Amino acid sequence: MIKVENVHKKLGKEEILKGITTVFEKGKTNLIIGQSGSGKTVLLKCLLGLFKPEEGFIYFEDKAIQEMNEKEQRVLREEIGMLFQGGALFDSMTIEENIMFPLRMFSHQSKEEMLDRVNEVLARVNLENVNAKYPSEISGGMKKRVSIARAIVNKPKYLFCDEPNSGLDPKTATVIDNLIQEITHEYNITTVVVSHDMNSVMEIGENISLLKKGTLVWQGSNKDIFNTDNADVTDFVYSSDLFKNIRLYQNSRR
Amino acid sequence: MKYLNDIGSYFLMLKRVFSSFTKGSVLRELIFKEINDLIISSLGIVAFISFFVGGVISIQTALNLDNPLVPKSLIGFATRQSVILEFAPTFISIIMAGKVGSFITSSIGSMRVTEQIDALEVMGINSLNYLVFPKIIALLFFPFVIAISMFLGIFGGWFAGVYGGFTTSTDFISGLQENFNTFHLTYAFIKTLVFAFILATIPSWQGYFMKGGALEVGKASTNSFVWTSVLIILSNYIITQLLLS
Repeated sequence: MIKVENVHKKLGKEEILKGITTVFEKGKTNLIIGQSGSGKTVLLKCLLGLFKPEEGFIYFEDKAIQEMNEKEQRVLREEIGMLFQGGALFDSMTIEENIMFPLRMFSHQSKEEMLDRVNEVLARVNLENVNAKYPSEISGGMKKRVSIARAIVNKPKYLFCDEPNSGLDPKTATVIDNLIQEITHEYNITTVVVSHDMNSVMEIGENISLLKKGTLVWQGSNKDIFNTDNADVTDFVYSSDLFKNIRLYQNSRR
Repeated sequence: MKYLNDIGSYFLMLKRVFSSFTKGSVLRELIFKEINDLIISSLGIVAFISFFVGGVISIQTALNLDNPLVPKSLIGFATRQSVILEFAPTFISIIMAGKVGSFITSSIGSMRVTEQIDALEVMGINSLNYLVFPKIIALLFFPFVIAISMFLGIFGGWFAGVYGGFTTSTDFISGLQENFNTFHLTYAFIKTLVFAFILATIPSWQGYFMKGGALEVGKASTNSFVWTSVLIILSNYIITQLLLS
């Protein structure tokens, strides 16, 4: 579980996060949604420790990241898996080396043990015969799967995903969404996904936080999203033509 | 003000490069890879340029010796002094700023653009130690490149002088041995080490702290060449003033 308490963050003179308080639950896919510029990525970077909030606390289980010493922070980071928007695979390494990288850095396993684990996670993300390929030789969807494999290879407690569907066709995007949700349940980890894709929201949004101009304006699940009267939710959801048409259709049927 | 900020961030970067070390076995592999990328892969171009520039120095010296009272051994002497004191350490370092410096900036810059550096940081790895430290260690081998350049430059001078009919082999070798001051070699290698440090760190700084996309990676590579060259020339002047004057 990750608890965010009154987090404020400025970039330059502009205040991007204005007192965010929320909880990301264990064993659930927690989505942070909102329009571009709402502060989603900044909040994610604060959670990852890449940005330091000016005010407020971020608790991993019961310990605030701000109160951890360098060693504790390093241990925490070993428990974090991250799926970047572009995959962030290391170009100079093969797929096998990319996935093995966290194991080589932090574990004391033999090469055989590491290879076994790499093949295990590759099978988990439904990839075969890509071990010797380089990131430039595989498709965007495969890169995302490799990135998920690298994120989970060290059996993390927390999985962060930054717009996992960007640049993917709808079918592949659904596959990636489902994979993230399955892994979250299977490993019982705390997953935080930043997205503005309504399909993802409806597919895997078990705990959704809607941000607007740096503040949290709504929190609920994908089941609640069509039943709320919150104007900000309505504004965000029905900005998509598809959902606008669905609502018109639903209204006409009543 | 921007320059002060940049200088500050450069020294803060150096501080982080030498802290929170990457796992030894991984670091060892990275160092060997960097030696291959930065040193071994540069030998061809260094050898080619050194041989021919040495030849040109020899020919130009010979063509400017009009006075029959000046001995032909001066060709060997002038070639040796030019190659050891300036051409090999400074000129080759400037060429390396173009070749190795641009490579370092563009490779680190691309990693920044594609979030690979963020990925390292999120994993709890000190990305500056992981990326820059192996380059500094690899470039400690730069004096070997310069030694090869010195040898080939002088050999090129001998080849052009003798086979171009400007001097005899005996005169050239006699000139090479004339008034040889071993401190000149020490001076050349001291400045080579300073240039090597500049070559490893300035392009790394340019790449690591760049912002933007692919176009900015190109701009950062150009800036990297300009600033590395400027600092090599400046430090060359300071070291020469300190050690030779």
